[in-house]
Amino acid sequence: MTTVANSVEQKKGFGATLWDWLTTVDHKKIGILYLIGGGFFFVLGGIEALMIRLQLLIPNNDFVSAGFFNELITMHGTTMIFLAAMPLLFGFMNFIMPLQIGARDVAFPFINSLGFWMFFLGGLFLNLSWFLDAAPDAGWTSYASLSIASPGHGIDFYAIGLQIAGAGTLMGGINFLITIINMRAPGMTYMRMPLFTWTTFIASALILFAFPPLTIGLFFLTFDRMFGANFFDHTMGGNTIIWEHIFWIFGHPEVYILILPAFGIFSEIFSTFSRKRLFGYSAMVFATVLIGFLGFMVWAHHMFTVGLGPTANAIFAVATMAIAVPTGVKIFNWLLTIWGGSIKITTPMLYALGFIPSFVMGGVTGVQQGAAPLDYQLHDSYFIVAHFHYVIVGGVVLGILAATHYWWPKMFGTMLSEKLGKVTFWFFFIGFHMTFFLQHFLGLMGMPRRVWTFMDGQGWNLFNAISTVGAILMGIATIVLIINIIITTAKNERIGNDPWEDGRTLEWAIPSPPPFYNFAQTPLVRGLDTYWIEKQEGHNGYTAAEPVTDIHMPNGSIIPFFMTLGLFIAGFGAMYRIEHSWGLAVLIFGLAFTFLMMAIRSVKDDLGFYVTKEQIRRMERGRN
Amino acid sequence: MDLNTKFTPQSWPDHPETATMEGKNKFVGFWLFLGGETILFATLFATYLALKNSVPDGNEFRTETLFELPLVFVMTMLLLTSSLTSVYAMYHMKNYNFKQMQVWLAITGFLGLGFLALEVYEFNHYIHLGFTYGNSAFSSAFYTLVGTHGLHVAVGLVWLTLLILRNAKRGLNLYNATKYYTFSLYWHFIDVVWVFIFTVVYLMGVVG
Ligand code: HEM
Ligand SMILES: [Cu+2]
Repeated sequence: MTTVANSVEQKKGFGATLWDWLTTVDHKKIGILYLIGGGFFFVLGGIEALMIRLQLLIPNNDFVSAGFFNELITMHGTTMIFLAAMPLLFGFMNFIMPLQIGARDVAFPFINSLGFWMFFLGGLFLNLSWFLDAAPDAGWTSYASLSIASPGHGIDFYAIGLQIAGAGTLMGGINFLITIINMRAPGMTYMRMPLFTWTTFIASALILFAFPPLTIGLFFLTFDRMFGANFFDHTMGGNTIIWEHIFWIFGHPEVYILILPAFGIFSEIFSTFSRKRLFGYSAMVFATVLIGFLGFMVWAHHMFTVGLGPTANAIFAVATMAIAVPTGVKIFNWLLTIWGGSIKITTPMLYALGFIPSFVMGGVTGVQQGAAPLDYQLHDSYFIVAHFHYVIVGGVVLGILAATHYWWPKMFGTMLSEKLGKVTFWFFFIGFHMTFFLQHFLGLMGMPRRVWTFMDGQGWNLFNAISTVGAILMGIATIVLIINIIITTAKNERIGNDPWEDGRTLEWAIPSPPPFYNFAQTPLVRGLDTYWIEKQEGHNGYTAAEPVTDIHMPNGSIIPFFMTLGLFIAGFGAMYRIEHSWGLAVLIFGLAFTFLMMAIRSVKDDLGFYVTKEQIRRMERGRN
Repeated sequence: MDLNTKFTPQSWPDHPETATMEGKNKFVGFWLFLGGETILFATLFATYLALKNSVPDGNEFRTETLFELPLVFVMTMLLLTSSLTSVYAMYHMKNYNFKQMQVWLAITGFLGLGFLALEVYEFNHYIHLGFTYGNSAFSSAFYTLVGTHGLHVAVGLVWLTLLILRNAKRGLNLYNATKYYTFSLYWHFIDVVWVFIFTVVYLMGVVG
């Protein structure tokens, strides 16, 4: 049985630091890796968005070519959904959720690391398409007839890259589920879990059931394009609508995978800065579960115009509108949380307040689209673009930005500048509405979505130009945020456990950033908003459930990285097998390498190590 | 966790697979994983049903003419029996009878290998008839569904072999008890999926 060396506090060289991050299994470090990875792809997707908007600034523009435009919209959507929004949320889930339930790590730290590397290398694989061939160009939905016909390797990059990244997400989801089921501290019953933990739980359950269909759909696409299968080829008996069903059986739950954690973030922020218990906690939990359940019942509202028939359309229309009910419950609970609270307008709170009207608008247009006959008019128009950006940007992205400001001090031990934070907010908020509000009307005036350019004299010029200016404002907001991060990090002014002074949940009861073992002693949870209860009783910190004992911690490992590398290499082999003889060898080599790594992992016992009582006492004392 | 603790059949816990925190996590995690696998196979089944016998004009291959029930029946028996032998293995695992457990697991493995060999023979036979993967949408759906199951069997066999060999010398402990137990869960799952394949693909294909 080994014990930890005192390396934790020592300064390390570049090589050692890099090795440390490549092999880490600490949920907090993996959370930060997710934020860095997701942040990188968010900037990339943002640049793609700006190029789209610049192309649409004026009529008959040829800033980019039509083919390149298709690649831009495809990569923008795919990147934002799979590689930016989800990983950024995963970053917060990874870092914060175990702290909120009083755990020392997630259930499977090794798999956690594997999940991260699969996401990151999968995303890299997808984006290498820009340099190696052509990027995918069939839209983020990649409808089969179009994607089967797309020449070159673009779609192959899409299918394989998302396959790898998606598998990583699935592992992450299962890991979060087990963690919440098994690793809650004593006293942390389900109905005492903070809302962010609850929404992580439900979003993870949605991942578990929504991602396997995506896996299969992507395999079908891969096999059709690369291995001679005929799932979607109607001349061989195939059926292209199968792809649409499979994609949306995944796709609609996916939008709830994104929005539920954002709901959780805002729930925390509302109650923190209203300095009040969340109104209707149990109704909030129930609404979350209900939304998660209904999320699987509505996928065909994306296919109203396919011709499934009036009965199917009617059923899916009703189910779709039903989702607005639990969503409305949530909105009213947030409003009633603010009501009568002693409100503090911090940056996170600003985002939360901005979120409510923005998201409600997106929800209202969603219900309108859910009315099948009306959707025949709205479908594939800019109205749809406006709708989903109101929910995704007005909901998910505002949530991510709010969480960044809210939990930054916990994660890094420094406080982002409130002044710059508010500048970011206003630029982003105004830019967001400027960009997307008018797109509703562009849609109603007949502008179709996914068009490369438009002609003069249709009355679309002004609104398109304003929309582009709005996008630039959001770009400025992002730059201000990055400047804020750089300045804050350079100043490095350390802060204490509870920098907002109104923290309610367990993560605020421990140092910022938390030590690698999180809790020196497992906490005892005595109610909802544990830390708030402790503070009310004049305690600083948490009540411990056990004396100081040796802590068991997992070992780091490079195997997750290597396992993913094998799949990454195999992906290239599968793709180039068609025209190069070396392709098959590379495919087999990559897969064999991954399996070898799995076998090593399976055969080699990895029992972790212990941090002794004395070491913990020493480290805890060093802190005070 | 200490691997050196020596147990006797008396001190061995009733539920060794969930006796440690890590064991509990693996146990719950594996059930969740099987939940995901269920959806995965459900998608494959749905696609198969949508594309069953869906072939281009002039293509002769249909479920009624292609499948031969006697062969598939033998395969079914092999796999069902292997599920039973894995139950015996788990029975001995719970009684801390390592040798017997290994023996029954080895038998499970050989039955699984027999199943896989017959499946390879079956696919090979179809391909020689001209019913290749790219022959029609039907053929793609058939091979993908049944082949994914076959791949699961193959992965299970590799897993089982590694388990048996790795632990041959050191016997049972609370660390590998969970591994053995989750393997048996996996094996039952594969078996259940096969029962559905046998019914939906073969029986309903020939009779329905
Ligand atoms: C009250 C809740 C909601 C309702 C009733 C609703 C309804 C709809 C409907 C009917 C469509 C299909 C429109 C069409 O293509 O003709 C749609 C599209 C879309 N929705 Fe929602 N929605 C809701 C919430 C959300 C949320 C929370 C998100 C994401 C966080 C979201 C993201 C999307 C996306 C991405 C699309 C477009 C997909 C595409 O075709 O590319 N929606 N919504
Ligand atoms: Cu939807």
